[in-house]
Amino acid sequence: MKKKNSVFLIITIPAFLLFFIFHSFPALQGIFYSFTDWKGYGDWNFVGLKNYLNVFKDERAGDAYLFTFKFAIVATILVNIISLLVAIGLNSKIKFHKTLRAIYFLPYILSILIVGFIFNFIFAHFLPQIGDAFGWEFLTRNILGNPDLAWIGIVIVAVWQAVSFNTILYLAGLVTISEDLYEAASIDGAGVWTKFWKITFPLIAPFFTINMVLSLKNFLMVFDQIVALTGGGPGKSTESISLLIYRGGFEGGEFAYQSANAVIYFIVIIVFSVIQLKFLNKREVEN
Amino acid sequence: MNRKKSSWLVTSLLILGSLLILFPLYLTITIAFKTPPEMAGNLLALPKSWSFDNFAQAIEMTNFFNAFKNSAFVTIFVVIFTVLSNSLVSYAIARNLHKKFYKFLYFYFLSAMFIPFPIIMLPLVKQTSAWGMDNLVGLIILYIVFNLSFNVFIYIGYIRAIPVELEEAAIMDGATTWGVFWKVIFPLLAPMNATVAIITSLGAWNDFMLPLVLLSDREMATLPLVQYIFQGQFSTDYNLAFASYLMALAPMIIVYIFAQKWIISGVMKGSIK
Repeated sequence: MKKKNSVFLIITIPAFLLFFIFHSFPALQGIFYSFTDWKGYGDWNFVGLKNYLNVFKDERAGDAYLFTFKFAIVATILVNIISLLVAIGLNSKIKFHKTLRAIYFLPYILSILIVGFIFNFIFAHFLPQIGDAFGWEFLTRNILGNPDLAWIGIVIVAVWQAVSFNTILYLAGLVTISEDLYEAASIDGAGVWTKFWKITFPLIAPFFTINMVLSLKNFLMVFDQIVALTGGGPGKSTESISLLIYRGGFEGGEFAYQSANAVIYFIVIIVFSVIQLKFLNKREVEN
Repeated sequence: MNRKKSSWLVTSLLILGSLLILFPLYLTITIAFKTPPEMAGNLLALPKSWSFDNFAQAIEMTNFFNAFKNSAFVTIFVVIFTVLSNSLVSYAIARNLHKKFYKFLYFYFLSAMFIPFPIIMLPLVKQTSAWGMDNLVGLIILYIVFNLSFNVFIYIGYIRAIPVELEEAAIMDGATTWGVFWKVIFPLLAPMNATVAIITSLGAWNDFMLPLVLLSDREMATLPLVQYIFQGQFSTDYNLAFASYLMALAPMIIVYIFAQKWIISGVMKGSIK
């Protein structure tokens, strides 16, 4: 028995150490530096909460938070509505069932960065050409070049990609619902709408919860799509929090300052995930 | 009766929707084969002649085969070592969850899933470059370690459903803990190993952010990173850019066409755990 214990320790202790060294230690270091004025090189001094106070006063950071939240909330809602519809469609009696499922899942396997570059072309050249051909004024200009509309382009690409994974999750929930329930409801005279709200939705509620939380968390970290589509522009209108931390930290000599920003960002993500979980779990129970 | 009638309506709607997914890919393929003068006409049209010139040029410009080799090298080693090491660690934790240390480890790895990468990004890059890990081997090690968070979660759920009696029987026959794992447990984990391998390979192959911040040497750039590095040079020639995108996407698409059944069910299994 003793020998067995030591084998388990020999396995887990290196894993624990490696994880600590490459994950937790950098995180702790980041928190530590957030209280200093380190530029990423040279000397440093403790500055207390100065970085944190400055992040709150920083207009660029404020704009990045606003943009990221606006984007993440809209994208989360759209992705969940669309993928739930697609999943219900794929779960019903249809032709070409396997092929359609394979197509709808395809975006999940593609690199987001490259997909972003392809859509960049679509927004910049293809849609304006369509706009010109049909005389549709609103399409003739590249929306990515418009500070007020560029975020919509990013939402479109993010949703295009994320629907695939969320659909799979909803589909996993839908296949567990027994056909008998729907038949019984039909006999009782329930319509499509009633069946959805009284049977489908309550039974896939746990999948709805996990999809909402995961989507919001992933969208709050948006990076690749923005690099490929707008690079944060025009101006700073689509600069996300991740992009700001990356740019300021590596290119702007704001190592300590962006570390403070990263800590705030982390707290925000945790708070949002917990609130969402609490709220959605409560609904599940009530249902 | 009712359901049968509606099936064609739903099918057509889904086919219509799937065009939104296929259209960008159609555009990518056709543009990759066109010449710059052809771009002036109808963008929807097929290329007049299917020429591979764009591909030849893109291969040379981006040093495609080098990037492909880097991506393949990273992905293959990450998948092999992730499956071997993460399953072993998960097993050790799963069979000792009643003990404080292992229970702590379980929640420790799990909680890391909620830490956004930008938090650790800045210090991590300093640390890895100071240790000479700003290369492909460093990238591989980091992926394997970071994967623990999610994989511990899905492996442990699966391992706990395997009856302990199986192991006890093997121990009676004189097997060591080590032997029990590789001869009894690891083969039983096959479906989970496949799931982890699929999710891990997609993650390593498509990742952009970690190679971007970690790798300083252009020779080591992975496929997504190469597309980014050469973006500036592409801006004048879309045909070249799209040939390059297509080559970067093609390996995954080809694998997907042949293995989509397993890929979809693998990801499904991983995500509902």
